[in-house]
Amino acid sequence: MSHDAFITKETIESEESGVLDGRQVAVKDNISTRGVKTTCGSAMLADYVPPYDATVVEWLKGAGATVVGKTNMDEFGMGTTTETSHFGPTTNPVDEERVPGGSSGGSAAAVAAGEADLALGSDTGGSVRCPAAFCGVVGIKPTYGLVSRYGLVAYANSLEQIGPLAPTVEEAAELLDVIAGPDPHDATTREEGEGTDYAAAADGDVDGMTIGVLSELVSGADEGVAAAFEETIADLEAQGAEVREVSLDSLAHAVQAYYVIAMSEASSNLARFDGVRYGVSGASDEGGYDGNWNDAFARSREAGFGPEVKRRVLLGTYALSAGYHDKYYKKAQDARAWIKRDFDDALTEADVLASPTMPVLPPKLGESLDDPLQLYLMDANTVPVNLADLPAISVPAGTAEGLPVGAQFVGPAFGEETVIRAASAVE
Amino acid sequence: MSETAVDPEAVEHVAELARVDLTPDERERFAAQFAEILDSFEALDEVPAVEGEPDLVNVLRTDEVSEGLTQEEALSNAPATEDGYFEGPPVG
Repeated sequence: MSHDAFITKETIESEESGVLDGRQVAVKDNISTRGVKTTCGSAMLADYVPPYDATVVEWLKGAGATVVGKTNMDEFGMGTTTETSHFGPTTNPVDEERVPGGSSGGSAAAVAAGEADLALGSDTGGSVRCPAAFCGVVGIKPTYGLVSRYGLVAYANSLEQIGPLAPTVEEAAELLDVIAGPDPHDATTREEGEGTDYAAAADGDVDGMTIGVLSELVSGADEGVAAAFEETIADLEAQGAEVREVSLDSLAHAVQAYYVIAMSEASSNLARFDGVRYGVSGASDEGGYDGNWNDAFARSREAGFGPEVKRRVLLGTYALSAGYHDKYYKKAQDARAWIKRDFDDALTEADVLASPTMPVLPPKLGESLDDPLQLYLMDANTVPVNLADLPAISVPAGTAEGLPVGAQFVGPAFGEETVIRAASAVE
Repeated sequence: MSETAVDPEAVEHVAELARVDLTPDERERFAAQFAEILDSFEALDEVPAVEGEPDLVNVLRTDEVSEGLTQEEALSNAPATEDGYFEGPPVG
């Protein structure tokens, strides 16, 4: 059964040998692959063929992996359902009437359907964890700076990280070991990723670990989701973990802060798509250009961008424009600093913080697209982590109404071992 | 409702700043959606001023020549080129 997980199916063999020998890895279509189309789910880049590999792709090959294709995604990573892709939606392998989550929905569906052993996604506000939760697989959002973003087509640089998706915590950790580490091509990468052994941390031992349950994010969840999550936490308590409630005032503003920052960065990042160096051309059909650069630029972007991308670029431009910068952008940066401080404080009292990954069960296809604000609110549990630059994992935590529920564990900066250990005890 | 006024003309103005042409239908639809979304952003008014990260500073590294894309590779995705250059619309 095909779930339209891939935009491009193409086998890229590795000539080297390593820990990923014989493993088939699917790669999200916003991660550059030399000589293989990388569309970002957009008409703008429908024919774009990168002349170079992203660092993570180079490292996958270096570890012996076979890349099996480029996976479907919300256009430029903007979405929570993988329905905004120019190439049509992906369906959820667990229930084909439902969305796989987004924006790395193709990557999660490929793993859930067994069309790939492992996959790479990117997480700007939950885009690895959300589809992992909806499809019943494991997804990790690494600490900001752990994984190189060189060759990742940027949407909101200050928030996004490339992360692994896999059927089990140990396999996800193994893939993270391969892609983590400093890269001279990305000045935001840090030394902490060098020589890691995250896979060894998946030992299921939570005896003595302190888990802080984020009460605001549990009370905001649907009943069935909250029940499955609470059962999971009770099970960890039975395994020797100490559980306490944690309440963070700043969380109430996370979604708004996230969208203001992400849209502002998007409006700036996507300015490069002008139809001259790449992208849909604003030139008239007869050849040559009508009007000046601005006219051609605006026509190129009208033709190349879908509605969600236009919506975010315009709102981002608005939030950064004279008179509104202080009201929206500056306030959002204050909220970001507040959230960061709240998380850092909470993580001095607890080893990890826990919540349901998504507050809802996977919606049916077409059910949620008409109301962008409602869709944005679905990201309440995942976006705080990106604002705070912290690592988080989503692990399958039972079901509600026969659909997967994910539990999220958040750790301190570069505390990947701890979140991996906590998640492995859930399996 | 707040005083956030977003009419189709305001949307058109932002679209011009962002260099994105819109259809009349998009203008109408975005106006309604923007009012609702910007309204929700008003919640940020309640955020206290927080001491954030220290200001960013420039960190310089040595300029070293290394291998990059060839001219042919750099031009490989351009819709139009001429004599080894990108071809763009007229300026001004």
